[in-house]
Amino acid sequence: MKLKSLFMAGAMSLAATGAWAECAYENEVPLKSLSAGFEAWKAVTDAMAECGNFSASLDQEFREKQPEAFAANPSLYQIGGVANETMIPLLNAGSLRPLDDLVEKYGQDLLPNQLIKVDGKVMAIAMMVNAQHLMYRDDVLADLGIEEPKTYDDVLAAAAKIKEAGVMEYPIGGTFKTGWNLAQEFVNMYMGEGGEFFGEGNMPAINNEQGVKALETMKAMTEYMDPEFLVSDSTYVQQQFQQGKIAMANLWASRAAAMNDEAESQVVGKVTMASAPMGAAAPATTIWWDGVVLAANMSDEEADAAFRLVLEGIDGEMVSANNDTAVWLSPAYTPGDLAAGAAASAENGAKAYPASAPMGVLHSALGNGLADYLTGAKDASTTLADIEASYLTAAKEAGLVNN
Amino acid sequence: MNFRTFAAFVGPSVFMMLLFIAFPLVSVFKQSFYITQPIYETVEVETCTPGFLTQTCTTELKSQPKLDEHGEVITKTEYVGLQSYRNVLEPERAWRAISEGSLSVLSTIDFWKALRFTLTFTLITLPLVIVCGLGIAVLINNAARAIRGPVIFISLLPFIITPVIGVLSINWLFRGDGILTAMLEWWLSRDIALFAQAWTIEILMMLYRVWHVAPFAAIIFYAGLQTVNQDSLESAVIDGATRWQRMKYIVIPHLMPLIIFVAMIHLMDAYRVFEEIVGFSSQGYVISLQWLTYDFLVPDQAGNRSISRASASAMLTMIGIVILLILPLRRTWRDHKGGH
Repeated sequence: MKLKSLFMAGAMSLAATGAWAECAYENEVPLKSLSAGFEAWKAVTDAMAECGNFSASLDQEFREKQPEAFAANPSLYQIGGVANETMIPLLNAGSLRPLDDLVEKYGQDLLPNQLIKVDGKVMAIAMMVNAQHLMYRDDVLADLGIEEPKTYDDVLAAAAKIKEAGVMEYPIGGTFKTGWNLAQEFVNMYMGEGGEFFGEGNMPAINNEQGVKALETMKAMTEYMDPEFLVSDSTYVQQQFQQGKIAMANLWASRAAAMNDEAESQVVGKVTMASAPMGAAAPATTIWWDGVVLAANMSDEEADAAFRLVLEGIDGEMVSANNDTAVWLSPAYTPGDLAAGAAASAENGAKAYPASAPMGVLHSALGNGLADYLTGAKDASTTLADIEASYLTAAKEAGLVNN
Repeated sequence: MNFRTFAAFVGPSVFMMLLFIAFPLVSVFKQSFYITQPIYETVEVETCTPGFLTQTCTTELKSQPKLDEHGEVITKTEYVGLQSYRNVLEPERAWRAISEGSLSVLSTIDFWKALRFTLTFTLITLPLVIVCGLGIAVLINNAARAIRGPVIFISLLPFIITPVIGVLSINWLFRGDGILTAMLEWWLSRDIALFAQAWTIEILMMLYRVWHVAPFAAIIFYAGLQTVNQDSLESAVIDGATRWQRMKYIVIPHLMPLIIFVAMIHLMDAYRVFEEIVGFSSQGYVISLQWLTYDFLVPDQAGNRSISRASASAMLTMIGIVILLILPLRRTWRDHKGGH
């Protein structure tokens, strides 16, 4: 017993000294968070942990765990990390606490565009944005006298030149892995062409000119991609870049820092970040945000403490310490060269990812159905018709479309 | 043994089997005829998301599930008969494809695509596993006693490796410029992309499965080889039978019950092929029935799952296994009856 209390005292004093060192106050309410596990979340939760009494779960499977965990009463986690799409199931189940009162009380330093509002109520605090945008090897392109590609026609022309010159066999990289990634590429292209995903009553509306155009552009790109493109995810494309195997890719802003990571990359300082290539209507990309939500099923006291902790986690100190980790939404953030691509895409009019319950179903249907077109098993409009049919089946089962 | 003792011994396992096998099966069977869904209402919602510097707000009609007074989503469960089975099998599309005689169209419909691969996979690996297993068993049996232990250990290794880990290792050995692909490329001096078309992926999957399961077959056959009647073998040698003839007329008939046992186990296992699809992330080219069930169950980003179709697909997989097992089971049944 004595030994135990001694240990406890030691641990407490350690925790306490840690807390006093970095955090502005000491957190006394035990709090837990569940979020995705990428670098930015690590930085934020580490900053929160400095206040004490806090434990973070960084989990790539968070989207499967969150809905159940937040539906429990009291909620298993007080703080959740979400993005556009992963907020939908929590919102639909009524598991999120509106934050207006807390924002009014503590949120003077928040930027207005950090407040994610649904139906007039603040439901989440965004901390960063992410988007896919063009990254290219400026040394390779400059050697061949190619200007920065502005559209996918430019990208394809540049790829043809690079291949012809014998610099690289497969100049383009792409996150074309069957499933979520491939569907996301289509969403980018289709939104770039100005397409709408749904008609009246959640009916699918992708089998049209814009859809076919989006598919044709994707197929044209695969000509210049490593033939194993259907298994290539973001990490694979990042590695292809780092090893100097590709010259251009539409890749996530959150991967930009890896290009200049001297431990991994052979192309440090040679990759330029530019706007996503333009489609007919907008840049072929979508803007995503990552942010924090609070569970509905907890006491006001806990909510109060959780909100203060969140603000501490995303404060200016953390942002300046991890400036290049993400495109932060914070007055303390100084956009560097690495953020130029995401910023340029937004300036050119990139739209937010159209997250919704039916979009979740359609995204899955796209992920499973697009490969048939790229492998040549079906033509473009059959592929789109089949995807619409499989969306309808799933949407009817989910109750989103009436029979 | 009187009935009470018998019941006391068997009772717990019968209970466990009911609880963990029969009950879930009945539950899945029932769910495949019902659909549970939230009740949605369409509301006009203004959503604001961050842009750079400014916020983008859009007002649109959104489907939102209705909540009851406790904040729970209101759901309704409805009997839909065979609808989920129809959704999985897509009989109209399949029939149209068949009547047009176009197998390539049929093989783009998920269930039939999966069935085609699952059957090919099962039926091609079956003889390979038995032949390789028998080969390894004979090899072990003929190995000198001193090295028999190490030989058994080494040949068992592939079976010990966790399937997912094994598949991932094969994946990384051959993916892109993996070590073995690089070696093949150097040897054949041409560019090779093993993950760029369906047939190479399928061959890799079958090779992996045979590599993984053959040791299991081998160890069973090896045990069987110990009980071969030595007198018959000796008299066969005296009669001038060749090695092959001894194998064909004495050893294999003796091992037949074991061969059927291994075949049955393998049919059941291979029909549920799954790790290979996930480990190779081959969904773009090749899918299996078990993977299809899994895919229905995985929630999408917005949290929707297709429980009913997953149940229907699971039931169909079970029916498939039962049909495949009828042949070997009938034989065992006949032998069993003949023995009495």
